[in-house]
Amino acid sequence: MSSLILDTCTRAAFHTMWVFSLFMLFSGHNAPGGGFVGGLIAGAALVLRYAGHGTDHVRRVLPVAPELLLGTGIVFAAGTGATAWLAGGQFLQSGIAKLHLAVLGEVKLPSVLVFDVGVYLVVVGLVLALLETLGRQDPQ
Amino acid sequence: MSVLVPLPVAVSLLGAAVSLALHGRVRLQRALGLAVCIVATGTAVALLTIVQREGVVATQAGGWPAPFGITLVVDGFAAIMVTISTLMLLGCLVYAFGQLDAERERLYFHPVYLVLQAGVCLSFLTGDLFNLFVAFEVMLIASYVLLVLGGSQEQVGSGMTYVVINLLASTLFVSGVGLVYAATGSVNMADLVGRLAELPPNLRGGLGLLFLVVFGVKAALFPLFFWLPDSYPAAPTAVAAVFAGLLTKVGVYAVMRTQTLLFPGDGGPSTLILGVAGATMFVGVLGAIAQSDIKRILSFHIISQIGYMIMGLGLYTLAGLAAGIFYIVHHIVVKTALFLVAGLVERAEGTDALGRLGGFARRAPLVGALFMLPALSLAGLPPLSGFVAKLALVREGLALDRVVIVGVGLLVSLFTLFSMTKVWQRVFWGMGPSPEAVPPGARHGQATAPIAGGSRVRPPATMLGATAALVALSLVIAATAGPLYTITERAAADMLDTTDYLRAVLGG
Repeated sequence: MSSLILDTCTRAAFHTMWVFSLFMLFSGHNAPGGGFVGGLIAGAALVLRYAGHGTDHVRRVLPVAPELLLGTGIVFAAGTGATAWLAGGQFLQSGIAKLHLAVLGEVKLPSVLVFDVGVYLVVVGLVLALLETLGRQDPQ
Repeated sequence: MSVLVPLPVAVSLLGAAVSLALHGRVRLQRALGLAVCIVATGTAVALLTIVQREGVVATQAGGWPAPFGITLVVDGFAAIMVTISTLMLLGCLVYAFGQLDAERERLYFHPVYLVLQAGVCLSFLTGDLFNLFVAFEVMLIASYVLLVLGGSQEQVGSGMTYVVINLLASTLFVSGVGLVYAATGSVNMADLVGRLAELPPNLRGGLGLLFLVVFGVKAALFPLFFWLPDSYPAAPTAVAAVFAGLLTKVGVYAVMRTQTLLFPGDGGPSTLILGVAGATMFVGVLGAIAQSDIKRILSFHIISQIGYMIMGLGLYTLAGLAAGIFYIVHHIVVKTALFLVAGLVERAEGTDALGRLGGFARRAPLVGALFMLPALSLAGLPPLSGFVAKLALVREGLALDRVVIVGVGLLVSLFTLFSMTKVWQRVFWGMGPSPEAVPPGARHGQATAPIAGGSRVRPPATMLGATAALVALSLVIAATAGPLYTITERAAADMLDTTDYLRAVLGG
């Protein structure tokens, strides 16, 4: 059963929420935000879709297996620690790179960002897994 | 060589992540799990040899110096524990290939198993009290999933007890860490050694007791053991064997680590801990005698055996601690092997209830032998590894005039032998169950149909091979008891004299 009001609002909100979640992900180093919060906002966007049309619809919107997102996320997070270690530093040691880009000016790229991307993927994957397992309607 | 220290944890976590991404491709997951376990075991062996050569090795995760960063530290005790644990996890993984049904294996068994390995290794390697809490949680959350994997009614029912009791203990644990931080301003274990010593003795004693209770729940010490016999037997055998062999021993490790490093008392034998040890032995073995399922009998014996390890701590001498550590090593191997044999019997016969079994040694002589060796070792018959471990404890107990605990220990050995004989007689001897006694259905839905009496039983090669390898390992422990005892003695020396540990972590 679909609702016109919910559909219309979701259509307006869905992409905005994704952009906002990405903004939160990247602003998280020095300001409020980060991978976890960003992932939750993206997850909330998926839940909106779920509320409107159910699990199968969510799967069409984001046709990725939750396990793949979860696994890749943890690889990113754990890999951040391992990279520094392979480069001869301590396990989990962090580093920072400064880039000068044409339009944006100076951009700082801390290695923690990779970790945060991993957390983001894990949270989105977890929401997706929840919607698939707990949210599925009984066929009858 | 400190670069190797985080490897067992890191490789397990990374492996778990890739394994999760490979969901649905069981063959790749198996190969990956096997590779990760082999790398972890290899690293552990390397760490053990490095510690023997160079003493305590520490590394600071993230490059933040102690006491601010997270310290990972390997001393003799930790290296022994990591080595034996990764070996068991490797063995049980191979066993699981043959034992787990396809549905359970597909349901995230492999990623969660590797997370469990990461948690177990981190518990041994960490040098930070709060990080120890995190490691325990990683291990426990993985164990919650493994325990109810497949979700049969029996599993969920007993899983509930396990989850509730462990959540309670974890709450106490983190509160205890909070209290320690409030009192001293640090959670780094090496840093805490000096700071705790400055506290008033009453406060220090209270904190020590709190941690004894917390880890006592995890280690199933008397009177906090009641959750164990209900929860372990319900899990699939490969999982139950890992739990039986390892998880309570992580609790024992934490008890020994905190009581020697942080709350050393006045340096002599502790009547409190010896009393707890005696009660744990005695009550555990009495429980075992009353049971009539193989896995439940073995679960009660876990409790009883933990008493011996804690007895080593209670004696609090070099020889006592060394004997306790040796006992842990012996017990982990033997107990895991016994659970794996119980799984072989259960798979062939569809049950592990003593009343429905019989004549198994005639149909599977090899399985009979694989049961007999560790069972006699558990009871402490010479020349098996259990005899060496018990002899060391008894000698040190007598040297310190602790006659009561020695008497209890010997009496409990006798009861253990009786209980193992009971299993042997009912399961492996006799003519086999009468036809009407054979159960109509399998117990966990994982066993094959009952086989007509007299026919040979052929378990899968992976299950039999893994079990045989563990039994062989227990024989190796008995054969190399001398050199092995030297290693545990060095570990015990490091625990009593913490200068090396402190220098490795704090520098200077």
